Amino acid sequence: MSRPTNDGQRFDRLPETPADREVEGRASRREVLDWWEERFGIQPATFDGYTFWEKGAGKVWVFNGEATDPSRVEAIGMTFLRTRQDHWKPTTRAVQRFGELATRNVIELDPERASRFAAGEDQELPEWDGDWGYLVVSHAVADGSAPMGVGLYLYDELRSVVPKGSRAELSVVER
Amino acid sequence: MNPLERYEPLVDDVEAFRAACARPLPSVVRVNTIRSTTDRVTRAFDEEGVTYEPVSWHDGLLRLPDRDPGTNWPYFHGWTHGQEEVSALPGLALDPRPGERVWDACAAPGSKTTQIAAAMNDEGTVVANDNNLGRLSALRHNAERLGVTNTIVTNADARNYSMKPLAFDEFDRALVDAPCSCEGTCRKNPDVLDQWTLDHVTQVAGIQKGVLTRAVQATRPGGTVVYSTCTFAPEENEAVLDHVLAAEDCELVPFDLPLETVPGVTEWDGETYDPSVRHAHRVYPHHNDTGGFFCATLRVGGDAEDADRVDNTTSDGGDAETGVDA
Repeated sequence: MSRPTNDGQRFDRLPETPADREVEGRASRREVLDWWEERFGIQPATFDGYTFWEKGAGKVWVFNGEATDPSRVEAIGMTFLRTRQDHWKPTTRAVQRFGELATRNVIELDPERASRFAAGEDQELPEWDGDWGYLVVSHAVADGSAPMGVGLYLYDELRSVVPKGSRAELSVVER
Repeated sequence: MNPLERYEPLVDDVEAFRAACARPLPSVVRVNTIRSTTDRVTRAFDEEGVTYEPVSWHDGLLRLPDRDPGTNWPYFHGWTHGQEEVSALPGLALDPRPGERVWDACAAPGSKTTQIAAAMNDEGTVVANDNNLGRLSALRHNAERLGVTNTIVTNADARNYSMKPLAFDEFDRALVDAPCSCEGTCRKNPDVLDQWTLDHVTQVAGIQKGVLTRAVQATRPGGTVVYSTCTFAPEENEAVLDHVLAAEDCELVPFDLPLETVPGVTEWDGETYDPSVRHAHRVYPHHNDTGGFFCATLRVGGDAEDADRVDNTTSDGGDAETGVDA
């Protein structure tokens, strides 16, 4: 019998570890937890109550409820992470939801830059001396820092990857 | 004919009713407690210069008189959701608890689903169903934007809903926020009055009976089912309750809502209904300067078993004051 392949039309639970993997290329729970910890310093225990599911080519969903075989439902929890590519990419919504827990690869923007980021603008940012790749992009709001979404840092430039439908022209709020 | 005229015999002050129905409604947002607090949202509005007014009967609702509620920083962050005031009532009546299994039978576009998920602290399982695939995409967008992780979305006819895709075979609570003729939304969308027909009322009442029947069947003994609409039509409200009371093992229970309401009606157009329909609440626009609404709470019959996965099962659904700054 051949090994099962990924069916992009259904939800399947991620295997616990790479050793449990049956579907080629499917991320395991362990790898997903390790990725959030290595990239952003978010502790694996954060997701103890959550399950992870794949639908489509590498799109991983995070779910905090009860499910056994939800293969044919329309959605389960929220989209979380894009896998099956060289550089895994967190979703904007996952970063807004869990990004406050990040302790590294977080970039804090001033009010003017924050507005440009929310509008979807790319901006020169040579002063960043951290890692390249996907970053949690935050700004100060109401006495705290709040993650706005995902930025891609390459060659002295911070690209906004806020999805088109979620971009907004917002005022520069000097705090 | 303006369909509102047919309800004038039911209201206490016809002139005030007419006048309120003709006034537009302000934009209102609900604070998404999965992501923020009313305090933090109002501080962010203050910083940004967004004018807001509290809603006296619910400290998580804010009126935004001057602006598009979707163009400000709290909205961008998923801290708020645009939702009409009265639309928050069924979620209060349902009073879901963290860890429970809850069905939202007619869920799109998800205002009440996401309110339910937030009331559960995003713990437990919400099953949000709608038969309209296009409207489900709006629900999915809203749930993602607000950071809801405890919700499964399904696309089925609620009248013969199958529990097969789920990890359990009955719900603790169910909300039937039924499709209806929507005259109660006329302050937001006056077109509903031009499109109104009695044929549609009759047709949609049949669907409402079917969905509410299935919700009672799918909920555990002792569980709570909330029925709500945004119509004044007794054919779609008390008559639907009367039908389901006769057909299924359930009863209407009294409950409080934190604003001025009047009881359900027991007579309409030559029909009489079960006297317990008086436990339902009618919300008229002139009483609280809101949209129109209807809301009832049913307790499913049979022997209740304690749901041991839930820490706090002190209420049978009658405590609608929870989370409300009265």
